[in-house]
Amino acid sequence: MLEQVNLVKELADKHGRRRDSLIPILQGLMEEKNYLTDEAMVLVAKELDISAADVYGTASFYTFMDTDVRGKYVIRICKTISCSMKGKIEVLHTIEETLKIKVGETTSDKKFSLLETNCIGWCHKAPAMLINDTPYTELTPQKVTEILQEYMKM
Amino acid sequence: MKSSALKRVDLIFESVNVREILDKTLKRKPEEIIQDVLDSGLRGRGGAGFPTGMKWKYTAAEKNAVKYIVCNADEGEPGTFKDRQILDEVPRKVFGGMAIASKAIGAKIGYVYLRGEYKFLVPKLQEEMEIFHAMMKEMKHDFRLELRLGSGAYICGEESALFESIEGKRGEPRNKPPYPTTSGLFGKPTSINNVETLVYTVMICKYGADYFHKLGTTDSRGSKVFSVSGDTPKAGIYELELGMTVERFVEEFGDGDTKAVQVGGASGFCVPRKKFRDTIIGFEGVPTGGSMKLFNSSRSMYNVLHNYLDFFTEESCGQCTPCRVGCQQLLLGVEAVKRGERNSRYLDELVKLAGTMKIASKCGLGQSVGNAFKSIVENFKEEIIY
Repeated sequence: MLEQVNLVKELADKHGRRRDSLIPILQGLMEEKNYLTDEAMVLVAKELDISAADVYGTASFYTFMDTDVRGKYVIRICKTISCSMKGKIEVLHTIEETLKIKVGETTSDKKFSLLETNCIGWCHKAPAMLINDTPYTELTPQKVTEILQEYMKM
Repeated sequence: MKSSALKRVDLIFESVNVREILDKTLKRKPEEIIQDVLDSGLRGRGGAGFPTGMKWKYTAAEKNAVKYIVCNADEGEPGTFKDRQILDEVPRKVFGGMAIASKAIGAKIGYVYLRGEYKFLVPKLQEEMEIFHAMMKEMKHDFRLELRLGSGAYICGEESALFESIEGKRGEPRNKPPYPTTSGLFGKPTSINNVETLVYTVMICKYGADYFHKLGTTDSRGSKVFSVSGDTPKAGIYELELGMTVERFVEEFGDGDTKAVQVGGASGFCVPRKKFRDTIIGFEGVPTGGSMKLFNSSRSMYNVLHNYLDFFTEESCGQCTPCRVGCQQLLLGVEAVKRGERNSRYLDELVKLAGTMKIASKCGLGQSVGNAFKSIVENFKEEIIY
């Protein structure tokens, strides 16, 4: 808890305590942990002297600011048509089988979360996915298995 | 008649000395710069196509000590990926365009709003920004850039939603008027331009308005960067002169079996094979922010439509009823027709609903859902029903 208090203060010192500092602060929190806890949002509200409802209202608007528990590595596989046309479904099944989770779920060790997302801008190298901020493109079941194995070692 | 009418252009990615262009341009009067951009005929490359020179002119005319230039790098339209490539390859030209705009309109601060999906570009852009700031200092031009990130909301590509997001709020579009040129970011006069548009202003300042004006057609001057994907052996990014027909485009990029091209992404138009010949890609025909998706005859246009409607249902900000409920009902509607629970005449009702959304929705998102919906349903009715 104390750790979080300090982190919020640190982020506020860096980005300021104005309303337009809110999103950079929340994004800073997301970098530490892949989701926003209720406690963290209340702390941010106090730090910026705005209502916690405002903080939650803003955070919950943005798809990438998760308020549900997420794993250390969040996989977002593109669900737009161009990726579907290039074999996204087989790649998705491979991820599900490898991690033993379905879309929307998190592994029990809290290491991986699997989500779908809209176009991430790699249609010419479809299918594509993000793991946290890193894009992976031209995926095949074999390629995605190798990528996941690397992350499992980390 | 091979694809001779398809002319490759190399303006956006051409390696140029930005410093030299700025040295020359920042010494000019704002009115002269604006006149050049007006004379070039450049229209916004994000999709909406508002004349860039007019935008700058209106912002410049505002009497306000604080004004902003914003670079819209929230490239979210399905099938568009050219801005990512531009920012990755020629960020200096993008920032250079912002410096030129700052001179033209009288702004001292510029914001770059980058979509969260492109966060991997941040280290590179920050590094480039430092170089840029040093250059501005040397040139004694009072202008600074700020980088802001989106967080996975398509709607934030809409200009007023983007302002709300920079201001630290939910990205819900505002009512217009007032337009950004009078009341934009933090309520100040703001010119918001797409990544590609800003780079073109640099090239117009380098080569002159005439050079750009000579390319393209009366309604669509110059060239444009296209993001080509789908059923094509040549997926990728191409800068082409505007004014080609879809037929020419398909000759170049198709796989020999193209049945439809979706021009302009989910919010754009679907052009079926029978209309290839007569449809011009540009503001006089089907406009595009760059997204060009080809579908061959193995594809179900129902799946394409369903994918787009699912996209809109998720990305509608939910603020206004026509868009929020309209998107849901269009999606549920085509599903019901497909399952046979509704007869085919129900599609006509849905087309009417899409028409209502066009008139009644608050922003471009809800207003453009009907583009793809109508053009797919009307051209591929049997695929939707059976």
